[in-house]
Amino acid sequence: MDIEGLKEIARTIRRDIITMTAEANSGHPGGSLSAADVITALYFKVMRHDPKNPNWPERDRFILSKGHAVPALYSALARSGYFPPEQLLSLRRFGSPLQGHPEMRRLSGIEASTGSLGQGLSIGAGMALGGKLDNKGYRVYVMIGDGESEEGQIWEVAMSSAYYKLDNLTAIVDYNSQQLDGWVREIMELEPVVDKWKAFGWHVVDINGHDFYQILKALDEAKATKGRPTVVIARTVKGKGVSFMENNVEFHGMAPTKEQKELALKELRS
Amino acid sequence: MSCKRVYGMATRDAYGKTLVELGKENPDIVVLDADLSKSTKSILFAKEFKERFFNMGIAEANMVSTAAGLATCGKIPFASSFASFLMCKGFDQLRMSVANPHINAKFIGSHGGISIGEDGASQMGVEDIALACSLPGFVVMIPADEIATRALVRLAAEHIGPVYIRTGRPKAPIIYQPGIQFEIGKANILREGIDVTVIANGLLVQEAIEAACLCSERGIDVRVIDMHTVKPIDVSAIVQSAQTTGAIVTAEEHLLSGGLGAAVAQVAGEHCPVPMGFIGLKDTYAESGLPEELFKKYGLTAEHIVVEIERVIKKK
Repeated sequence: MDIEGLKEIARTIRRDIITMTAEANSGHPGGSLSAADVITALYFKVMRHDPKNPNWPERDRFILSKGHAVPALYSALARSGYFPPEQLLSLRRFGSPLQGHPEMRRLSGIEASTGSLGQGLSIGAGMALGGKLDNKGYRVYVMIGDGESEEGQIWEVAMSSAYYKLDNLTAIVDYNSQQLDGWVREIMELEPVVDKWKAFGWHVVDINGHDFYQILKALDEAKATKGRPTVVIARTVKGKGVSFMENNVEFHGMAPTKEQKELALKELRS
Repeated sequence: MSCKRVYGMATRDAYGKTLVELGKENPDIVVLDADLSKSTKSILFAKEFKERFFNMGIAEANMVSTAAGLATCGKIPFASSFASFLMCKGFDQLRMSVANPHINAKFIGSHGGISIGEDGASQMGVEDIALACSLPGFVVMIPADEIATRALVRLAAEHIGPVYIRTGRPKAPIIYQPGIQFEIGKANILREGIDVTVIANGLLVQEAIEAACLCSERGIDVRVIDMHTVKPIDVSAIVQSAQTTGAIVTAEEHLLSGGLGAAVAQVAGEHCPVPMGFIGLKDTYAESGLPEELFKKYGLTAEHIVVEIERVIKKK
């Protein structure tokens, strides 16, 4: 698929995020919209996976450690064929497999149950270790948040993954600069983030997380990097794609109203 | 099992030896530790199977979630550390990375209870059983001696689902002879009796046996049960004991909140309420000292069990 095709899918995913969270009247649209382009690139270009055979042992794995952004993941799974897109509207409903945060035993295609921040990268490291032990060629991709990087466990696994030379593991930081309470830099400064990961022994690629050319190049570089894991610092915009949501921290954990939904969908059509 | 205690190996040593056997039999067994492998005895596995052993450093949270990831690839991870650090520092990871998705991983907390002695309160796992039992779907076991440990560790490897096992630091009195069969969730009746039942586990099993011997001299006939599995607990053994002996004393090397006593009381309360007494740590941490000194001060000896037996029998 070419970059224009990926852009079109990302627009669809963004429309799904708006529709799903508005329908559920809850959820986290801001961090889902910021993650949409990277997730699109993974599911529609980079990863080897088979929606008809979600437990295929050789598949590449994706873990959304920042589990609150799961509307973006549900949409990517539905649009790539894991389940019918109509089911997206059941997000957060009683009885739906589309839980408020991802649960691996409730929906095929979800690789780990996340939502308690800090754990997904360690689970991914375990999968990467398992792949090494069995000489399997699959790769493991884990998306973490910039706010999530305040969790101590992130730095525990940063150490262990470099020590065990997990070059089949790629972390992607969805660096949208905001967390629930406000700007990350005003709550707990993460910079210099590139230096931090380098110091922990990772290969670091610093990109614009909404530029597909840069995303694909970074993930290629991760694949080509041997002997150590790669982290992609994806500089993104919270609420990306919807003018009144961009950089508006209110939409971290607030669904759009009916009127806001219509406005947003209109913007995402053009 | 004997009124006179005969010491065997520590349950942590039995754990390490069993791991090596399992490692030979099953290439999917992998072992993780958090820089305590010399103490937990997972080092015995590390020496034999270097490529399947992962020392994760002093980072329990990462160890637990990494074990979960390995399990999703078909590995059977055994992750060990001190009971206190594994359960307390790894608890949220045990909750979300392991229990919630019902991951097939095994967690072994060594140095459980206050019998670790001189190292003091910070190293003593006295709440690990309560924490483990609060995790839906977990099997929670405390072996009393070497033979029990070998059996229960093997059963843990065969069981599909998350398991927590507590082992201990000091040499453990020998309770079992070779050939005994263990089953997850099935208590072992070690001594029949009609006046009262003592339900114990871990090192308190020997104390319970000695208490029964002391009581026997005073004309009290004590049934003794090793409740090696706290979860799922053996309901029928508890109900049957309550019905036939009419009183129960529990004995554990753990805080009284959320441990064996609480689990037994819940079952008895629901099915067959009888007078009960509870031996365990009473809302306190312990301190440095010899295990015997600590058992005496914190009320965990056979003599303390006898006092409790006499108290509950009067209430029948």
